[in-house]
Amino acid sequence: MVKMEIPKSFLGYKRENGRAGTRNHVIILPVDDISNACAEAVSNNIKGTIALPHSYGRLQFGADLELHFRTMIGTGKNPNVAAVIVIGIEPKWTKRIVDAIAKTGKPVEGFSIEGVGDIDTIAKVSKKAQEFSMWASEKQREECPISDLWISVKCGESDTTSGLASNPTVGNLMDKLEPLGVHLCFGETSELTGAENICAKRGKTKEAQDKFMKTWSSYNDFILKEATNDLSESQPTAGNIAGGLTTIEEKAFGNFQKIGSREFIDVLEPAEEPSKGKGLYFMDTSSAAAECVTLQAAGGFNIHLFPTGQGNIIGNPIEPVIKLTANPLTAKTMSEHIDLDVSKILSREMNLDQAGDELIKATLKVANGRLTCAEALGHKEFVMTKLYRSA
Amino acid sequence: MVTMAKTDIIIHDKKDNVGVIVVEKVAKGQDCGCWIMENDASNNIKSEAEIPLGHKIALQDFKEGDTIIKYGHDIGKVVKSIKKGDHVHVHNVKTKKW
Repeated sequence: MVKMEIPKSFLGYKRENGRAGTRNHVIILPVDDISNACAEAVSNNIKGTIALPHSYGRLQFGADLELHFRTMIGTGKNPNVAAVIVIGIEPKWTKRIVDAIAKTGKPVEGFSIEGVGDIDTIAKVSKKAQEFSMWASEKQREECPISDLWISVKCGESDTTSGLASNPTVGNLMDKLEPLGVHLCFGETSELTGAENICAKRGKTKEAQDKFMKTWSSYNDFILKEATNDLSESQPTAGNIAGGLTTIEEKAFGNFQKIGSREFIDVLEPAEEPSKGKGLYFMDTSSAAAECVTLQAAGGFNIHLFPTGQGNIIGNPIEPVIKLTANPLTAKTMSEHIDLDVSKILSREMNLDQAGDELIKATLKVANGRLTCAEALGHKEFVMTKLYRSA
Repeated sequence: MVTMAKTDIIIHDKKDNVGVIVVEKVAKGQDCGCWIMENDASNNIKSEAEIPLGHKIALQDFKEGDTIIKYGHDIGKVVKSIKKGDHVHVHNVKTKKW
């Protein structure tokens, strides 16, 4: 069999700070829940912009507030974003976000509503948004090295076909692309439960291993403290159980197939940007799909791979989410959500090496601009992670 | 391209004591073809129940307290005895966590 030659480049948008994007969004980012209406009005007025409404941003404090800022700032800094408008109720938090995004060199402007009102703010912001949208529309895709891809992964509505085939397909892609200098990220702290010791051993250094166990244990302590009896209603989910997954351990070992034979070099806080160069990172995230992808996008990842068993339909407003399944029923009944069908692995008409190659091709098509199913269907789930209740 | 006899069940690791149904379902009493991914070996097992796609079949008899091995690792404990060829799921296996 002839080995597929992996393309060395893709067509991306070069950004001021040296990163490259697979998309060219102009985003209208509300700092807080009460600024959503204004942000959505502006995005209705001005074509080529997208509002990112969410539920939080008021009276948060401590680590929870820091995570809010990190998610807001990271989303604005993501290279899939060409320019940013930030709208908040008051100027101080708005300015903090604007100033941090401005360090990338991309156009960013902040507005606050207090003392002005929605209507005049919408008028003022719309003028700036129009300018940004028309400016961004002139950007052209250029040849970028494949190492400019920052690939995040997360699986959802998993079943046993995920652990058998679609997750190992992602693992095969990681094994092939990591030597080419890409950044990679996996998360889902809760769904590694049962495989935590095996996962920790994949830390490249003692430091990374200890950091992983500390992160996982802190999550597990929280579960033991908050859970009324156990997590058997949530982990595995009803969808997982329908698909044949029996225990969290079984789910975890299946989940873990996504990193192939790679080792992780560092453990990231939720929404933290990697700082140790190319390679695989673990990010401490929830296993809820939209929360996890939102955090990974805020960490700077510019393309996402999402294996599903029973058919999770998630998308993200700024990071394209490519879905693959090995479940032949899902591929048939939910075909509009599936970018790549690898169910032939189960009938043994395709092996993992071939499936990995197909996924590389599909990933590059999307990196070059092809819409994902989730983008075509309008999935834009932007979900902030909240650590505890507000003040 | 790989070609072989029909595979009804895939087993990840040769240490595993359960396999996964990879066809729409297997019928009770069906002679099923198994493929072990780890060493590319094949064998057969008779199904003792109708089992749907993605669900697990017992490759041996189990008694209460036994451990289910999949991916070569412990994935839970048997809470109700299981016969070789039977359906293995939440009705007879539970997590060891929580």
